[in-house]
Amino acid sequence: MATVMPQKDVVIVGAGWTGGIVAAEAAKAGLSVVALERGKDRSTADFSMVHDELRYALRYDLMQNLSRETVTFRNNESMRALPMRQHGSFLLGEGVGGAGVHWNGMTHLFLDYDFQIYTKTVERYGKNKIPEGMTLQDWGITEEELDPYFYKFVEMAGISGSDHPLRPRSWKYPTPPMKLPPALQLFYDTTKAMGYNPFLGGSANLSQSYTNSDGITRAACEYCGYCERFGCEYGAKADPTVTVLPVAQRTGNFELRPYSHVLEILHDGKKARGVRYVNVLTNEEFEQPAEIVVLCGYVFTNVKLLLVSKLGTPYDPKTGRGVIGKNYCYQVGSMGATGFFENKEFNTFMGAGALGVSLDDLNGDYFDHSDLDFLHGGMISLSQTGRRPIANNAVPPGTPSWGKEFKVASIKYFNRYLSIGCQGASLPWRHHYLDLDPIYKDRWGQPLVRITFDFEDQDRNMVKYIAEKIAEIMKEMGADIVVPGGNLGPYNIVPYQSTHNTGGAIMGADPKTSAVNKYSQMWEAENVFVLGASSFAHNGGANPTGTVGALAYLAAEGIIKYSKNPGILV
Amino acid sequence: MDRRTFLKQTGLVVGGVIGGGIVGGLIGNAVATPEPKVEVQTVTETQTVEKVVEKTVAADYGQALQFFTQEQFEVVEAAMERIFPADENGPGAKELGAAYFIDHQLAGSYGVNGKEYMSGPFYPGEPTQGYQYQLTRQEIYEIGIKGIQDWCQKKYNKKFTELSEAEQDEVLTALQKGEVDTFVGYPPASFFSLLRTNTLEGVYSDPLYGGNKDMGGWRMKKYPGSQMSYTQYIDKDEVPTIEPVSLKSHMGH
Repeated sequence: MATVMPQKDVVIVGAGWTGGIVAAEAAKAGLSVVALERGKDRSTADFSMVHDELRYALRYDLMQNLSRETVTFRNNESMRALPMRQHGSFLLGEGVGGAGVHWNGMTHLFLDYDFQIYTKTVERYGKNKIPEGMTLQDWGITEEELDPYFYKFVEMAGISGSDHPLRPRSWKYPTPPMKLPPALQLFYDTTKAMGYNPFLGGSANLSQSYTNSDGITRAACEYCGYCERFGCEYGAKADPTVTVLPVAQRTGNFELRPYSHVLEILHDGKKARGVRYVNVLTNEEFEQPAEIVVLCGYVFTNVKLLLVSKLGTPYDPKTGRGVIGKNYCYQVGSMGATGFFENKEFNTFMGAGALGVSLDDLNGDYFDHSDLDFLHGGMISLSQTGRRPIANNAVPPGTPSWGKEFKVASIKYFNRYLSIGCQGASLPWRHHYLDLDPIYKDRWGQPLVRITFDFEDQDRNMVKYIAEKIAEIMKEMGADIVVPGGNLGPYNIVPYQSTHNTGGAIMGADPKTSAVNKYSQMWEAENVFVLGASSFAHNGGANPTGTVGALAYLAAEGIIKYSKNPGILV
Repeated sequence: MDRRTFLKQTGLVVGGVIGGGIVGGLIGNAVATPEPKVEVQTVTETQTVEKVVEKTVAADYGQALQFFTQEQFEVVEAAMERIFPADENGPGAKELGAAYFIDHQLAGSYGVNGKEYMSGPFYPGEPTQGYQYQLTRQEIYEIGIKGIQDWCQKKYNKKFTELSEAEQDEVLTALQKGEVDTFVGYPPASFFSLLRTNTLEGVYSDPLYGGNKDMGGWRMKKYPGSQMSYTQYIDKDEVPTIEPVSLKSHMGH
């Protein structure tokens, strides 16, 4: 029998960015809040030995222990889905702070084109521009509505950056842009001369010490080069453990319970009454009753909990009906170019996770797609995240991959190559979705989430087009050898690509085609809120966390409103 | 010369060469630390110093085996040295201790795939679905080393370690191309790929894991290891050569 805990106003599943934001806002508003986190508690003190490429970047110290739980994957329905036995294509986080501890800090808000993608595409190009099977739909929100909530995230985290030449805003970043290393200056000058509109992207690595409106003070980034896959020992990179979680704690209304793995949402089909969870150290089971249940896990956790709890109508790819599991999307890469410089050395071993120069000229609908065989695009960036020696051994084509020649070239070019990348948008298809695997189980006997996903011609055509533009930029930058991207094979779960998985509990204005409304409130269970990138109706052409954060602030407002006035909020 | 005096003196020598706040911190730390390993890493600037080091420093107690047999170790060490050989740039995988590194790794969680999903049922998958064997890395190395030995016996009637460098390269090339037919239960090309990855890990990981001896791997790449700050350098054109530091220098801080 599960032990029943004292009732709370709000129970949060997962103490990452969205859980932390809701915890801080709801606790400040006087609600009693408990957050259940399956992993351990963490703080900056955990990271005094963090400059360790092997332990953190390659042995995945901060990532989900896959021996307990993973996902299964197949490219299409005719394949047998098999478990992702090792980390690869994306890195799932675990522990207090969630993936918000090991992120790079690149902070952008998706474009208005993203939020109204169906309407705007049809307006400009007509209905026939959308290929058969692409389940493109609006998000039920606009950039204008969301922008003030994005600013809340920016202000809380102390985001730095420059003005965006294509997106004038009513506000300025609270901290000035980060220092520009020579490689990024070269990219900035070159792209500007070519007629592009470069800018310094929003960075959660502080450019100077900063105090936010909650009174949280953090130190400036030291450009040590250990952000992505690492936690920041200075607290210079905004993460939930140095921003929103301490604010929630300070109110006295918040309790954080680590090692608490949620197994089930308890509900009557219309409303939830709480959750059932297990302490992963003792195996003891508990019930946490609450007025409001907020799912703040990663995409796969949120969708899995809804499916195993039988809450919400599961998506059926045959009919296209149902919502839970629908519109799973990813991020499209393979269009970047690598340039080798014979006579120029760059300080690329230094850096910061979000230190980069970007341009949106080929993102969204900033360019005319009338004569193109794809929709959307992506943000092009040169980033300097800090190049570490085990994983970075690029050599010019034709060089052997081992032996003396390899050694000589990999050492020579370590500081002499640059790679421009692009975060390509990933658009939804009727046959890309998440459901429960029929065979494979997790440690607690629950089914694993099954991913059915592949790249499509839409993606391949976009990759070809943008890869050419990126290769031109690399040539203009003066690289002696340019290795262009442009070939996109089938989706492969092995090589690391991006931890930008989206969809499965998407937002929209219509309860028939979406799981949640713009407040992340479930249409089918009004006191359940499902936050994070699981609510993205497609994935845009930029890093998702800024948009996730903005939507979390809007959801927090909705949760506080709901606590006073129950009912559907829209 | 006692070790303390030695450290002080060599510290001063090195300080003259490098300069900067990082060195100051490191020497202070080095003198105060009783463990011999770290200090040595800061002092390999000149021939004279290196000679002193060899005479003065105690044995490296980490250079013994946790997993391999001695014969297995020798095969792995020789193969790694061909993958990353000593040359005019500096030491190879052998001198850097890469084979000790992988021996120690295999004895721990990595060797038994401790944080990976190893539950059945097991089916051969598509290449896009990743690793689907029931084998642990310990077992993969057992298969790989035996496969190499059997192939060398069959083709050259010798052990791998008895082959010339050119012959060893032939064997590794055949492995990489999947042309070796003596592997039972795991593809030779996949084993080669693992061996190559582990070699680079052994060459470039923090010395705390037993490879990258004296940070010699990092020095070749001008990689400064675990620095706390690059703020003063990040926007400058010149790429500085900074004496590396390892995680040992963070102890007690």
